[in-house]
Amino acid sequence: MIDDITRIAAAAPALIAGANSVDELRAVEADLLGKKGELTLLKKGMGGLDPEGRKVAGSALNDARDSIEAVLAVRRSDLESAERASMVATEQLDLTELLGTPERGSLHLVTQTWDRLVDVFIGMGFTVAEGPEVETDWYNFEALNIPAAHPARGMWDTLYVDLGDPETVLLRTHTSPVQIRVMTDGEPPIYAVMPGRVYRRDTADASHMPVFHQIEGLVVDRNISFADLAGTLEAFTSAYFGGSIHSRLRPSYFPFTEPSAEYDINCVFCEGNGCRTCGQTGWLELGGCGMVHPTVLSNVGLDPEEWSGFAFGFGLDRLALMRHGVDDIREMYTGDVRFLEQFPS
Amino acid sequence: MKVLLSWLQEFAPFPGDDPVALGDVMSDLGMAVESIERIGEGLDGIVTVKVLELRTHPDADKIQLVDVDIGDGEALQICCGATNLTVGDVVPLATLGTTMPDGMEIARRKMRGEWSNGMLCSGRELALGEDHSGIYILDPSFALGLPIVEALGITPDVLFDLEINPNRPDAMSVAGVARDLAARLGLPFAIPAPNVDELAGDASSITSVDIIDPDLCGLFHIRVIDGIKIEPSPRWIADRLSALGMRPINNVVDASNYVMLELGQPNHTYDLAKMPGGALRVRWARDGETITTLDGVERNLTGGRDGVIADASDSAIGIAGVMGGASTEISETTTTVLLECAWWQPMAIARSSKFMGLRSEASARFERGVDPAIVDLAARRLAELLAPSGARLVEGSVTVNGELAPTPAVRVRTSRVNQLLGTDISTEQIISLLTPLGFVCELGGEDDVLSVTVPTFRPDTTNETDVIEEIARHYGYSKIVGRAPTSAHTGSLTPIQRDRRSIRQILVGLGIHEAMPLPFLAPGDLARCGLPPEAVTVTNPLAAEESVLRTSLRPGLLRAIAYNESHRTDGVALFELGKVFALPVSGETLPDEREHLAFALAGRDATAAANVWVLLAQTLGLEDVVIDQSAPPAGLHPGRSGVLRRGGEQLGEIGEIDPGVLDALGLRERVAWLQLDLGVALAAPHGEHRYHHISRYPSSDLDLAFEVDNALPAASIEAAVRSAAGPLLVTVSLFDVFRGNPVPDGRRSLAYRLRLQAPDRTLTDEDIGGVQRSVVEALIPLGATLRG
Repeated sequence: MIDDITRIAAAAPALIAGANSVDELRAVEADLLGKKGELTLLKKGMGGLDPEGRKVAGSALNDARDSIEAVLAVRRSDLESAERASMVATEQLDLTELLGTPERGSLHLVTQTWDRLVDVFIGMGFTVAEGPEVETDWYNFEALNIPAAHPARGMWDTLYVDLGDPETVLLRTHTSPVQIRVMTDGEPPIYAVMPGRVYRRDTADASHMPVFHQIEGLVVDRNISFADLAGTLEAFTSAYFGGSIHSRLRPSYFPFTEPSAEYDINCVFCEGNGCRTCGQTGWLELGGCGMVHPTVLSNVGLDPEEWSGFAFGFGLDRLALMRHGVDDIREMYTGDVRFLEQFPS
Repeated sequence: MKVLLSWLQEFAPFPGDDPVALGDVMSDLGMAVESIERIGEGLDGIVTVKVLELRTHPDADKIQLVDVDIGDGEALQICCGATNLTVGDVVPLATLGTTMPDGMEIARRKMRGEWSNGMLCSGRELALGEDHSGIYILDPSFALGLPIVEALGITPDVLFDLEINPNRPDAMSVAGVARDLAARLGLPFAIPAPNVDELAGDASSITSVDIIDPDLCGLFHIRVIDGIKIEPSPRWIADRLSALGMRPINNVVDASNYVMLELGQPNHTYDLAKMPGGALRVRWARDGETITTLDGVERNLTGGRDGVIADASDSAIGIAGVMGGASTEISETTTTVLLECAWWQPMAIARSSKFMGLRSEASARFERGVDPAIVDLAARRLAELLAPSGARLVEGSVTVNGELAPTPAVRVRTSRVNQLLGTDISTEQIISLLTPLGFVCELGGEDDVLSVTVPTFRPDTTNETDVIEEIARHYGYSKIVGRAPTSAHTGSLTPIQRDRRSIRQILVGLGIHEAMPLPFLAPGDLARCGLPPEAVTVTNPLAAEESVLRTSLRPGLLRAIAYNESHRTDGVALFELGKVFALPVSGETLPDEREHLAFALAGRDATAAANVWVLLAQTLGLEDVVIDQSAPPAGLHPGRSGVLRRGGEQLGEIGEIDPGVLDALGLRERVAWLQLDLGVALAAPHGEHRYHHISRYPSSDLDLAFEVDNALPAASIEAAVRSAAGPLLVTVSLFDVFRGNPVPDGRRSLAYRLRLQAPDRTLTDEDIGGVQRSVVEALIPLGATLRG
């Protein structure tokens, strides 16, 4: 038996070397070590040996098995490497030869700007409030200290709808009615921004649309001052436009704020040096702001002696246009995919 | 409001060396400088020449060859496009090398083969006015070759164009702007007293006024000016008016306008000869009353809305505060003028001018509120301006008061000033800021509380906050140090705002572009899209296409698809998140405004919409929503559409646009469609995405194919499979659909793969067999048979 084992072990390397593929090697392995292989058959014959002979034969069998397995492993590894190499050689792909690339969509420029603005304000501790686009005269005008015959009504060209008494229900001309809703529905302290769609009776041209977007901010708390307004807008300005862009406030007039101000920023194109976009002034007018008018606070049931606040607002579309150098606002609203796909994110 | 530097300097010694710096101060005071124009600058090199000969250009119809004499007797050839020249005219020539006020450089150049040795100039090209209809014709007596600046006696000046806020009536005048500016710069300000030599007499015996309606007119002041001789104004008056944008007419009209611009007091001159009796009546108009205004237009007046000045016979001869009437207009024959300086109720003038659609320089000032204290000053100033032509103010005047609000005294607390501004301004500083503006500050009994009397020219200032704004304005907004926000409060998105971002992300990832069509529709748009026509309409649309508020996102998105198709872009996929507006529910004033999501996939069928919906519902964690095809929504393909339903609630619609609608809109491709009422869809709890334990034991797959009636939705088979398979079921997916032999007509084979797994053990053949038996049995009542 020992001789048989020795013979088999000696012959195995040649058999293994003769296998030229992983499949052939598998057959050789089965012949040598499988259930019906020679070594297995010899092992079954060990039952007839005495204990000492069985021990010797068992040890020889194990040694033979180990040596054959070692040879097999080396050969298998070699064959696998060779097969992978030949497979890799036939599997070349030209990664510039693309068919049917899946298309991705795009977020509207207004949405992208909206989200960016909102993210900055959330970082500054603001919540985000919304309100209806069709409003009553009270929320859009009266409560904001713009009574019916007020000359300031001329500041907004209003679209009315055929509901209620004539000229009492309208398409909101600004996001300011949301201020009233936030103050009416909630309690100070209020730190909220209010992005939204607004409407004006305006003919569309390169820089105007009858429908556009604004974002408005409102803070109402104890001891809120004009200095807080200036500081908040400065913090927003550098967070949104970059650290080199600063803000300034100039006296202005809005019925719902006092003191009121225009909110300007350093021109983002020339960083304040003066260029065509900013008319050589180095500044861009962004929007309006001011301390919430005491009448507005009273209108929503807040005592102006106890609470004070500030509000600010500016157009969102223009920021979108500016960022990407779009020169005609109408482009954003046609739904032309050749426009939309230019701004994937 | 435009102001000239030289005019401002008549009220305070403003430095003239740096107009830009002066403009910056105006802007910082809230009088935003829109432009600064330097008059008389850039005219070097422009000289007077005489036209010697006009010849036709051999090769151009629109260009003339003009030979001019620059003073040396030689003929210099110029090409000129203007046609208003005649031989002998003296005109301005921009000589070679001149840089024009607009920056253009004049060089010798050939125009269609003919040399031009300079450019003949229009008024606008010289920045001497708006006229660009022809060459600026000069006085023929001018010497030739004279610099234009010298010939015209132009003194260099600076014109500021200011944007004046509605709360600054005082800044609607040159003097008012000067007062504000002088206060900031610490310069002495004074309005010079007019030097008037009055004519003996008594105006009150010539004229009178009766204020019938004192709520219309607060003050009516009349003077009489005699010895009027109508002639052109002196050059300096005409130039100033032109610079400020008013056309010079004659000495009387110009003096009237000059006073309005200078002092902010609009006034009116009547030809006394055309006013029998010289008596005036001030009252509200009567319905049906008409008047022909100075511009020759006959206007209908409205009772109680428009105010009128009527003559002794009670016929209207002027619209109060807006425009005078033609019947008493100054003409060549006028010798005696009745001058009116009044204070009209601002709201009345605003209303009258708005509803009549008639805005004038006068109404713009009256509606903001003019200074009732300067009527006498204004009248005397006007007389002073007219004096050189021989006109003289007649002694005596008529002044009648109506209702005029008293100037308030406002209590101003220093603590409140600093609390609202975030500053540390002292009471003394407040006094020194307000006093130069004409506010009278008195220390009251209390510490650091001022009693501030507001000047008559600041009617906008009536309370403490108004005064604080003035303090802030003159203290300087830029000096208020910003206080960085503290983060004692937290910001976040609301659940719906977060959901919107998820929706947009998944749809963009699936290749769909976000569009934002306008929410306006044209009448008929809804019907064309197969939708009911009831909608909220716009009362005053600018165009019919913008007269209806959308009740659905469908018309807008389909129009956008059509737009793309018409530009050869097919297969477009668009989505929109936006408001739709239904008629108010009963008892409500506002429309039933809802936020909808919709997408339109051109060139794809209804299953594309359903596939996107599946992913969308998974992303949002919307469960138990079924597609109910039993009653397809209007305007959608009847065989390929359904309603999205959760229990009894309707969430939206899904499928494909009806071919009839596609035809009506001229769409070539089929369009997969979904519209979801986000408010309803997201109202129920969703998106919790609870963790399900993942089993460590091996799973087994069970493939089962059933033959099912075409009419039976696959969703009901799947639902039955899910419920019958029991707790071992992990997933079930449809992996094959087959129609045709051997499956009989009207039926199809649906093959499902069920992945089975137990949390605590390896499955046995018995487990799997048990699931198969339950599923097959459960499907029998649905008419589904297991295929071998």
